[in-house]
Amino acid sequence: MINYTLRKFKNRLFFVLCAVCVTIAVIPLLSILYEVVSRGAPQLSINFLTQKDADGGIGPAIQGTFILIGLTSVIGIPVGVLSGVYLAEFGNNKYAASIRTVNDVLTEFPSIVVGITAFGVVVLGIMGSYSPLAGAVALSFILIPIVARTTEESLKLVPNSVREAALALGVHKWRTTLSVVLPAAKGGLVTGTLLAIARIAGETAPLIMTVLGNAYFFQGFSSPMDALPLRIWRDSLQPYANLQAQGWGAALVLILIVLSLNIAVRMASRGRLRR
Amino acid sequence: MTNLKMSNKNKDTTINIEQVRPDAKMQSIALSAWFGSKQALKDINLTVKANAVTAIIGPSGCGKSTFIRCLNRMHELVPNARMSGQVLLDGKNIYGNETDPVQIRRRVGMVFQKPNPFPTMSIFDNVAAGLKLTGTKKGQNLNEIVKKSLQQATLWDEVKDDLKKPGTSISGGQQQRLCIARAIALQPEVILMDEPCSALDPVATAKIEELIVSLKHDYTVAIVTHNMQQAARVSDFTAFLYLGELVEYGDTRSMFENPKSEITEKYITGKFG
Repeated sequence: MINYTLRKFKNRLFFVLCAVCVTIAVIPLLSILYEVVSRGAPQLSINFLTQKDADGGIGPAIQGTFILIGLTSVIGIPVGVLSGVYLAEFGNNKYAASIRTVNDVLTEFPSIVVGITAFGVVVLGIMGSYSPLAGAVALSFILIPIVARTTEESLKLVPNSVREAALALGVHKWRTTLSVVLPAAKGGLVTGTLLAIARIAGETAPLIMTVLGNAYFFQGFSSPMDALPLRIWRDSLQPYANLQAQGWGAALVLILIVLSLNIAVRMASRGRLRR
Repeated sequence: MTNLKMSNKNKDTTINIEQVRPDAKMQSIALSAWFGSKQALKDINLTVKANAVTAIIGPSGCGKSTFIRCLNRMHELVPNARMSGQVLLDGKNIYGNETDPVQIRRRVGMVFQKPNPFPTMSIFDNVAAGLKLTGTKKGQNLNEIVKKSLQQATLWDEVKDDLKKPGTSISGGQQQRLCIARAIALQPEVILMDEPCSALDPVATAKIEELIVSLKHDYTVAIVTHNMQQAARVSDFTAFLYLGELVEYGDTRSMFENPKSEITEKYITGKFG
């Protein structure tokens, strides 16, 4: 008769170890969430969400963040998705292989460097001033590699038999990609794009050097603009308790925006898939 | 039949008129195919006769699928794949310089081993997909074509109330008939089938076989199968491939009753394969 006690013990030990590690990983996250909600929630009011800084609100920051998300999506998503399509569907060559490597490097590129680049090219060069466009360009640099990568990955998950089915009907390659492969990969595409948007919504460093920050609502494309991360950063440096509290409120709003964006798009794409 | 000078991507050749068979819908001449450095087909000369079912049998890896994929230029889509020789469709080389593979695939349809309906499309859209995506509606009534194609594929009665449901929501056998309907909707001249029943149960298989026999009135059919009973049941002519070479070709009955080659006899009596 073999004694299983030791084996059972080892099994148990391994299980406990994994559970402890997961807990350790989750503790900081929960603690941050708790802090943000408990300190930020009391700030929330219609006034706080809609008024400008001088009237005790973070309206300009919220507006700026939405403008940045919009502009960045318009610039970045088409470029990113089409790059991913190229890499997945036509990327059987050396050029694509090198693009893939560069893309991977760009995904992990320090965002402060991206900010300096956009500062040099757009702020100093093209616009001649701090500008929401410069911010959108900087954020696009961050968004494009992520979207390209996730697009490529989700297109590769579409079985080849589906492509062959369309090609064997005499459908052109571009039409197959557009009307058959992309729709089949829609779920992964939406999720990947969403993650990328969530990532850029919280970026701070590139914005410091491109949109700068502003205490007033949007003032045109050649003026500085505010954004939630910038507001959080500014408020955190203030010695006044009421401004610090507004910073916590802004942080909560930013988290809620990212979260609701996530849920909304997920529900929308699920609804369309069911049809 | 005089103007048969044709060029080929690999080499310029003139078709020898004696080689061209007038009763052939499709015909391969000295067809060889490779995957990288591995040769999958060796010098195949084979005829697919019009309005008949031609079965291509042989053990796994003998090149059956590669052969029919050369007949609608699907072979070249595999990375590192290449071929030499010619394939004639109505006496014209489909590998000629001016030939567009996309046009060839519209004339020579294909049904695959595993049912592969478009996952994001409804049953209706799956059948209409070929017409919509190739832009060949020509003002015809789409509803009529879809109905006719599904009827020809003997699927209409089973799905007529569920046309809006996803193409992947029906059973495997129904999905395969849906794929056949999708191919028929484009009104091809030839339908190639690559082991269309290997993923199906016996009842679904029987339905598809019945369908194959009925299809030959309007189309030319070439079917790859590793099931010899199936070849005997549905085909008029049979070709036996072994290790990339054509061992024997003849009308199905005499080939099964009286095979000329020893390997063929061994294979059809189940001694190997």
